[in-house]
Amino acid sequence: MLFPPPPRPLPDSRVAVTGCGIVSPVGRGWSQNALAFRAGTRAIRRGTAIDVSRQRTKVAAEVDLPDMAEIGASRSHRQRAGRAGKMLFLAASEAWIQAGWQSNESSVALSLGTTSAGMELGEAYYRQAIHGPSQRRQPSRLIHYQAQRQALDLADALGFHGPVTIIANACASGANAIGHGAELIRSGRIERVMVGGYDALSQLVFAGFDSLKALSPTTCRPFDLRRDGLALGEGAAVLCLESLDSARKRGCVILGEIAGYGTATDLHHLTQPHPNGDAALASMSRACTNAGVGPDQIGYVNAHGTGTVANDSSEARAICRWAGMRALTLPVSSTKAGIGHLLGAAGAVEAAICLMALRGQWLPPESGIEEVDPACGFDLVRRSTDAHFEYALTNSFGFGGANASIVLRRYP
Amino acid sequence: MRRIYVQGVGAVSPAGWGVAALVDAVSNQRGTPVQSLVRQGVPDGLPVRLVATPESFSPGLSHPRMRRSSPISHYAVGAAIEALGRDWERNKSTGERLGVICCAFAGCVSYSRRFFDEVLRDPSTASPLIFPETVFNAPASHLSAVLGTTERNYTLVGDQAEFLKGLALGAGWICDGTMDGCLVVAAEEADWLTADALRLLSPGLIASEGAGAVYLNQEPSAVELTGVTQPNLYLQRRGQAKALLGWEWPTTPDQNADLLCDGLSEATLSNSPESKIWRDWTGPRMSPKRFLGEGLSAGSAWQVVAAVNALRLGVAKRAFISVVGLNEQAIGAVFSKTVLPGDTGD
Repeated sequence: MLFPPPPRPLPDSRVAVTGCGIVSPVGRGWSQNALAFRAGTRAIRRGTAIDVSRQRTKVAAEVDLPDMAEIGASRSHRQRAGRAGKMLFLAASEAWIQAGWQSNESSVALSLGTTSAGMELGEAYYRQAIHGPSQRRQPSRLIHYQAQRQALDLADALGFHGPVTIIANACASGANAIGHGAELIRSGRIERVMVGGYDALSQLVFAGFDSLKALSPTTCRPFDLRRDGLALGEGAAVLCLESLDSARKRGCVILGEIAGYGTATDLHHLTQPHPNGDAALASMSRACTNAGVGPDQIGYVNAHGTGTVANDSSEARAICRWAGMRALTLPVSSTKAGIGHLLGAAGAVEAAICLMALRGQWLPPESGIEEVDPACGFDLVRRSTDAHFEYALTNSFGFGGANASIVLRRYP
Repeated sequence: MRRIYVQGVGAVSPAGWGVAALVDAVSNQRGTPVQSLVRQGVPDGLPVRLVATPESFSPGLSHPRMRRSSPISHYAVGAAIEALGRDWERNKSTGERLGVICCAFAGCVSYSRRFFDEVLRDPSTASPLIFPETVFNAPASHLSAVLGTTERNYTLVGDQAEFLKGLALGAGWICDGTMDGCLVVAAEEADWLTADALRLLSPGLIASEGAGAVYLNQEPSAVELTGVTQPNLYLQRRGQAKALLGWEWPTTPDQNADLLCDGLSEATLSNSPESKIWRDWTGPRMSPKRFLGEGLSAGSAWQVVAAVNALRLGVAKRAFISVVGLNEQAIGAVFSKTVLPGDTGD
């Protein structure tokens, strides 16, 4: 039963990450991405995945997709999936193999975040539909445009069949999906869950952010005094979660823990955060309370840090209010400076970056900053730095006031 | 496990604004009017059942957030406020931690189509006012703003069955102590794009629009949520029909005492996997979508609303909700007339 869940002994409340897969504009797989984020690599360039010729802004951070046949995707999957579905498959396959989970697992659930799923397929459907009711290829586009179909394709490919949850909370979707999965494990509702986020660049979304004048016409540089907007990117990250007890019993590699999760809703405006950052403050505080830690124990914050004037000033204020005196020495950076804003994938990719940083004990630097906004009363990480820390916090804030924070813990 | 009660239900449907209009159409088996949406290349247009403009505006729709919002948000807010009842603003004063879960299949399709139309014409002049309303969680965001709740707010995407998963999630939040109460809403808006898509995927279905809402908490009331089944996924290796074979209910329905509220519509009434599952059912039965159209996620919410209302009226002691989604899953829920300690149950 989904509700009430079958009675199970409550597991260890600690949630282990035993697999992590990532596809981002700086590379494919844990190793490539860890090297790139440690170095602060930037991957924002003139967009080619979509037509940017009539847009105000021409740049984006794109993923170089490999030949899907090489990585074991079935023929039908290769033919039907759009860019987003392919990135999801790549990230999930890496995580699945790393976790050592087996096929035919009824105990594996799937919790994914996305904002636009297979939007490119939806766009292709629409371009044809406006010329008349032709049916050529249309049913397939229609079905595979939808997030639930991408999720089922993934479950089919990897061979599990637990419940699927797709959260579309704008740019917090990926973080919400991770938090939801962690709660499923903690409450004993499910033994294992794949969690993550994915999104691909699309014409509609690119034009939408451009219409809002939210895209930077120069360089995306979060928390810079002269920041002028965000850059859009694409990618996917998937984590395999299980109880720490289960992971220890299996003797698998434990990459880290999901220690806490907090959410809040900002009622100020559909697309603008409250200048005081009240919801961001609540989200961070709740995540820390959930993890049983305070700001003093957080060794790194991966900020939402989009590069827009409104987000970064609101978030900077929230971080300073939340951390108090600790803010003065608290390392903070936004990895969106390198890979842009991955929307529904952002929360998952940034959680993966935190895992890499915790495991390697380094801080992801933010390159491209010219002059730090004085509102940032914290230590903005600008150079590759080694560090010793046990907890990291990542923020994801989205349209509609969707705010989510996750606390991750290093596993020795 | 704590018990979860239904405090209120709300509906906006082609039958009208409010549960009473929905119940009237379903109980009197009165089909709502079928209109025609213009579609290039389809001479007779596309059949659709639309929500009429209300005679008086529901409280909440005058909130500043609703000014530029699309119909789907209006429907969501209308149904939600009815579910919360006369005290819908009490959350602001009592501090109840009210979670919001909105479910959607097609979602904000009307503004998405309008915005993409503008993008195809000239992206440099596409409207920044429309784009934010294309985002899946716009209705959920407006709803939280109208209600003034800063607590957790999720938008779940899936097929028709998603609403029942939303109920299970909301009940879980309450049982875990994450929230004191939860408002679970499903909303959809009609557009030629959705109607055309239904024509391709499931010929004969008549698209409709609206919303349904259920307000859950732990305060004992007339109806409780007894259970939600595991979703039976339509994986490639087993498909929809085989997925239904493994449908496990928390308790066996009794044709002599229980109410079945199925998801059958005009097109699926006689020859669909769902109709085959329930073909031997001779007990009390409701099929709201026969009269209200294929409201996608809102359609399964209407099923729940109709069943809860029937339980309140004493039509049955238990109601079984059967939802066979279009392309993801089949799922069921059971609601019961509450039997409190000391009650005889009569």
